[in-house]
Amino acid sequence: MKLLESLASVCASGGARSGEAADEVDGLLPEVVAAPVTTEEVAAVVGLCAATKTTMLARGSGTKLDWGGSPESLGVVIDLSGLNGVVEHEPGDFVVSLRAGTTLAALDRELERAGQRLPIDEVVPNSSVGGVIATGLSGPSRYLHGAVRDLLIGLTVVRADGVVARSGSKVVKNVAGYDLAKLFTGSYGTLAIVTEAIFRLRPRPRAERYLSATFADEAELSAALSGILASQLAFAAVELARAEGGGPMTLGVLLEGHPDALERRMAGAAALLGKCAVSDTVPKEWGQLPGPVTLKIAVPLGFVPSLLGELSALETTLAIPLRIRGSAGVGILYVGLEPSTDQASFAELLQVLRSSVGSTGGSVVVLRAPASIKAGVDSWGPVAGLELMRRVKERFDPDRRLSPGRFVGGI
Amino acid sequence: MTRPQDALVAVLRRLRELLPPEGLVTDSAELRTYECDGLTHFRVVPALVVLARSSADVRLVVSVCGQEGVPYVARGAGTGLSGGAVPHAEGVLIVLAKMRAILEIDPANQRAVVEPGVANLDVSRAAAPSGYYYAPDPSSQQVCSIGGNVAENSGGAHCLKYGFTTNHVTGLEVVTPDGELLELGGKAPDPPGYDLMGALVGSEGTLGIVTKVTVRLLRSPETVRTLLAGFADTDAAGDAVSSIIAVGLLPAAIEMMDALAIEAAEAAVGCAYPEGAGAVLIVELDGPEVEVVTALAEVEQHCHAAGAFELRRAATPAERTQIWHGRKSAFAAVGRISPDYIVQDGVVPRTALPSVLREINRLSKEAGLRVANVFHAGDGNLHPLVLFDASRPGELALAEELSSRILETCLRHGGSITGEHGVGLDKVTSMAKMFRPDDLDTMQLLRCAFDPDNLCNPAKIFPTPRLCGERPGRQSPHPIEVAGLAERY
Repeated sequence: MKLLESLASVCASGGARSGEAADEVDGLLPEVVAAPVTTEEVAAVVGLCAATKTTMLARGSGTKLDWGGSPESLGVVIDLSGLNGVVEHEPGDFVVSLRAGTTLAALDRELERAGQRLPIDEVVPNSSVGGVIATGLSGPSRYLHGAVRDLLIGLTVVRADGVVARSGSKVVKNVAGYDLAKLFTGSYGTLAIVTEAIFRLRPRPRAERYLSATFADEAELSAALSGILASQLAFAAVELARAEGGGPMTLGVLLEGHPDALERRMAGAAALLGKCAVSDTVPKEWGQLPGPVTLKIAVPLGFVPSLLGELSALETTLAIPLRIRGSAGVGILYVGLEPSTDQASFAELLQVLRSSVGSTGGSVVVLRAPASIKAGVDSWGPVAGLELMRRVKERFDPDRRLSPGRFVGGI
Repeated sequence: MTRPQDALVAVLRRLRELLPPEGLVTDSAELRTYECDGLTHFRVVPALVVLARSSADVRLVVSVCGQEGVPYVARGAGTGLSGGAVPHAEGVLIVLAKMRAILEIDPANQRAVVEPGVANLDVSRAAAPSGYYYAPDPSSQQVCSIGGNVAENSGGAHCLKYGFTTNHVTGLEVVTPDGELLELGGKAPDPPGYDLMGALVGSEGTLGIVTKVTVRLLRSPETVRTLLAGFADTDAAGDAVSSIIAVGLLPAAIEMMDALAIEAAEAAVGCAYPEGAGAVLIVELDGPEVEVVTALAEVEQHCHAAGAFELRRAATPAERTQIWHGRKSAFAAVGRISPDYIVQDGVVPRTALPSVLREINRLSKEAGLRVANVFHAGDGNLHPLVLFDASRPGELALAEELSSRILETCLRHGGSITGEHGVGLDKVTSMAKMFRPDDLDTMQLLRCAFDPDNLCNPAKIFPTPRLCGERPGRQSPHPIEVAGLAERY
């Protein structure tokens, strides 16, 4: 039987079809797109791929396929968008278990009814939970509520050999066994395929206030930012944005709390920010990535102002417009560029940044870019512990069937 | 194959050449002082103890042990409650207690860098002058070490709001079983690559030995308010907890003690909890003053509505300490009302707490043994203390049976066999009740990547060690532990 027919036979309701242009990942056309809708079906699909030595790539909503390195080969796209919905949500436990294809937006609609939420921002619209886990993509809320890895408490995965394995549990406090959810978060689908996840939840805030202020230079911004980080006002998020071509920088802070108490806290925040605008909601572009080409820069908190200064200087010397946005309170800035950016200048920007950011102990990663831009550079840069990571990959996926080439060091 | 004894002799010879004499313990009486950790009924005298002073020392010992095929176990302060630091009879115990330098308190980057032997509370003490603190606060925080906290992913009363060790560690320096020194993470977030640091935290010393830790420091809250509430019974106290959580309040801690636990704490430290209480709740709120004051009023309303007969607000830091003193000394206090006891550490979904408590009560009556309950009510983490008298024939076995049935009750309600004490040696057999063979096999893939020879704290966590398929025949047997376990279960 041909692969397409075999895969169709194990995907009872979702079926399988030949790959089309829209299924391409960095220019690679998959032979087949299979759409399993249960963990067991995913296991059957993976088992068939393993038996026929076929490479696989898991896809949720397909919003981040140009992220990470380009895959080396692509036999089957495993479309998990039909593997969706909440499995269990007991509001009193503040825990939800759900299938990987569920979108963050759909989950939020469901949790809203119980006055709860999963405090992971929808950084990329229409993201599925599985994709967010695979890329470890956290937004502004991580400042107070933690990153994806901190909120994820249990996982069901299908291994490269088709075996189904669980780790963690549906109780928040649990130290039984290795915390494999940490290992799989941000692994870009190269170790196993996530089919179900369990998250801890938070109550929806009773009220929110968003304050923002603009600053003409890094020194002014630096003073306000240190004041905010050292304050006891318990901000929920501390975000920063700067348009391309220099210009003023915007610091936006979010407060969550009791409506009566918020007024007093706002006064404290305004004193730190200076002249500021106040709103009941966050701006529309809250947490979104700044461009079709995006660099992710992580530094120790205190280096954010000097990094901004360096980016402004590079913008001038390399003549590349840079749009900047990020979680200043966490130490993460995203830099957006246009896909038309000159390749040589892009490579130089990356090299200069990696050298200076590296000296602070931070990292610069090409988060997303078209294949043409990624081709000339190492998307990930230097990685501490790479040899051990290769050994981990070797144990979990010895034949390199899961998204080969997409991760650090060509894993 | 080399006999274990010959390999040990070779290790000792090499280490004598490479380490100063005061770094090695070989005297049998002195070795005996390391035979157990905080769970004292597992006792194994190590063949050799190394008192490491630096990551270079650790690297040396791990490399030499690796070459000779000799197992090794890391130990911090030895306060663990699951036997995770129980030595190997034919192996080396690497003690990290001398590595206790606080290398850096860095308020600008909100980080501290410390050696593994530093006591948990000393990090907060060192950060306090800058207005910062280290959030995870296990009850043993005055003595337990950060290295041990990393190994066990320790929690504490305040993890309800702030999370566990794993949420507060941002960098590790670790000696891997192949003798390499790795820096994972640091002061910056999100290092690229697999989250090996996340996998190491809570791996109970089986994936490597941590020699330096970078942790997040949090800004000290503006206000802390502590409330003590007395109830007729645990059902009423449980109702109060449910309604506090349900309306979306997030206290820093919600702790409950039942009548027997209160009795023990009174006998030991005279904590003066409300007289006649069948249960007390300790609720702590922290954050901006205005939020805390508003929330405290709400918490008090919920306690009243659930039938609290006495509410006591700590008005001074001394009163706050007094309230916590009773709770934090509860485990040891039980020694005042019973010659022996077993501390259990199970977790249930919070909504299952009332029915699980009733079931524990029933099991306790059936067994004819008293059970004191002390627990983190906010997150469903139970610490039932099974009271018994080992001098009465058969009572130890009965107590162990009861303790393990309590754990099974937790599992039946979808919970966990351990919320913060770890699996160690103590709960190895329970792992097979919580996880299927494929789950355990998958976890051990990770172990095989780090430690294919199974030398790094062997026989802990997993009921059956996985053969890693490389260099077959070099897996070291562990008859001592196997025999120990067979005796216990």
